[in-house]
Amino acid sequence: MQKRQRKTSHRKWIRTLRNKKRSERQGREVRNGYLFLLPSLLGTGGFVLIPFMDVVKRSFQQAVGSGFVGMENYRMVVENEAFRLAAGNTARFMAVCLPLLLVLSLGTAVLVGHVTKFQRWMKTGFLLPMAIPAASVVVFFQMVFDEKGWLGQLVGVFGITGRDWLASDSAFWILVACYIWKNLGYDMILWLAGLGAIPEEQYEAARVQGAGEWACFWYITLPQLKETTFVTGLLSFVNAFRVFREAYLLAGDYPHESIYMLQHLFNNWFVNLDIQKMTAAAVMLVILTGGILGAEEWSKNHTKKIEERRI
Amino acid sequence: MLVQWALRVFLLIVLAVMVFPLFMLTANSLMGRQELLETCGAVLADYGESAKLRIFPMYPTLRAYVRLLLDSPEYFTAFWNSMIQTILVLAGQLLAAVPAAWAFAQFRFPGKKVLWFLYMLLMILPFQVTMVSGYLVLNTMDLMDTRAAVILPGIFSTLPVFILQKTFAGIPKELLEAAKIDGAGDLRIFVSMGIPLGMPGIFSILILGFLEYWNTIEQPMTYLKTEALWPLSLYLPQMVNTEIAAAFAASIITLLPALLLFFYGQDSLEQGIVASGVKA
Repeated sequence: MQKRQRKTSHRKWIRTLRNKKRSERQGREVRNGYLFLLPSLLGTGGFVLIPFMDVVKRSFQQAVGSGFVGMENYRMVVENEAFRLAAGNTARFMAVCLPLLLVLSLGTAVLVGHVTKFQRWMKTGFLLPMAIPAASVVVFFQMVFDEKGWLGQLVGVFGITGRDWLASDSAFWILVACYIWKNLGYDMILWLAGLGAIPEEQYEAARVQGAGEWACFWYITLPQLKETTFVTGLLSFVNAFRVFREAYLLAGDYPHESIYMLQHLFNNWFVNLDIQKMTAAAVMLVILTGGILGAEEWSKNHTKKIEERRI
Repeated sequence: MLVQWALRVFLLIVLAVMVFPLFMLTANSLMGRQELLETCGAVLADYGESAKLRIFPMYPTLRAYVRLLLDSPEYFTAFWNSMIQTILVLAGQLLAAVPAAWAFAQFRFPGKKVLWFLYMLLMILPFQVTMVSGYLVLNTMDLMDTRAAVILPGIFSTLPVFILQKTFAGIPKELLEAAKIDGAGDLRIFVSMGIPLGMPGIFSILILGFLEYWNTIEQPMTYLKTEALWPLSLYLPQMVNTEIAAAFAASIITLLPALLLFFYGQDSLEQGIVASGVKA
């Protein structure tokens, strides 16, 4: 016990000596770190972070002048029917298309990973939709889903009359399809990277012990794709908001109510200069997204710590 | 062997569905006005009973392209606008995002965690949420309805920082330590090691950024009122409504730069996407 104490005090002594040099180095590291960050930080600060403070302030004020109205703007937003519709639709869209895209792209990645020939060409083909301008995508979707479009004629063969699918509840699913079509390749490449990072020996060892393909996938592949899943999910989430482009070009400011998203709503508020509602809704969305991201980061750090402790 | 073939056939079918829209656009761009009306008129121009599916044009012609290239100055203006907008955003991102990603990957400084969190949050938030704050700044700076209104906020997008940080963090520590022991300063290490080793990531943010700003709609739609400043992505939808015959040729020419970039840069794009996904 005593020995150990002496050892630690000895270490402490060396540490203080070292610390002097280290603090100099750390000082430089801090300074240079900020210098590298500076151009970006000035821009983000100037264009988003600082003006956002103003947004927060305005969200508590009345439209004209600067009278304080408390939570009035927030109440107005939450009670707004369009907001409820849009928030519900956006949540529904995310809840449907994120898992769907992740599963489909993982499946495609596994299949493409097993293909021995033409792999490169397949990747190109899957990535191609990313390059097509939204306006062109929209023309294609109109050709397919219009009342007089191709799908209408196809079902016409079976005696069903076509309709304008874009102006019905199906619009939601058309948008989901559009999102998946556009992002399948990108996610597939991410998964392929994650899959490629898993050592082949693990599979061999499992197979020697009689594990089938499915068991290998379930017990070896999936657990090691955690980090890839996080990044892929995050980037897919970011891309999911961009589907607004297609939705907007497809149906304009006021599309069928099944695809009336938060982005439409913000846009319309902006056009009407309804700054109060916009600021309050923006603050709420930032808090919500920040909360989700924060919880995610926290749990990630937490599990990391537990794992480290185990090792 | 049989499985391998079944797999290939299945994937080819999926792939055919994926690239079919591109196929249709190309075919339509090669059609004459009359043929185009016959195939798409029912949907796009209120002409005829029903749309026809024709994968190869019956009377292929380049007339749409000729007309577009020789006879529509607005298209050129829009093309030029898109070019300026995209190239300036990318150049700015190189100056701002690359060093920022380096700072996040290689340095420890107080507030780093908070800033990283904010950057991630900004990356996730859709444009519409930050639209008001952007508008407030642009308005006070008197930049509304100028090219700078789209370009400046684009430069400070945080998505490239996020992607590049992963690439930079993947550079082996030993390599950089060795350079440090040799007496290289931080700037020197960044320029002569960080940038060359991070090249795939830098290429990939450039390609992804190109696709993003070449096709962006939200920002110019919100901040640009003057049509002469509109990029292709805004001008194209209008064309579809007014001159359908040239619109398909315009689509093809619009996606050409992106496509070229894709074919020449696919490897680095892949490497960059890969770097952003693998555990750092």
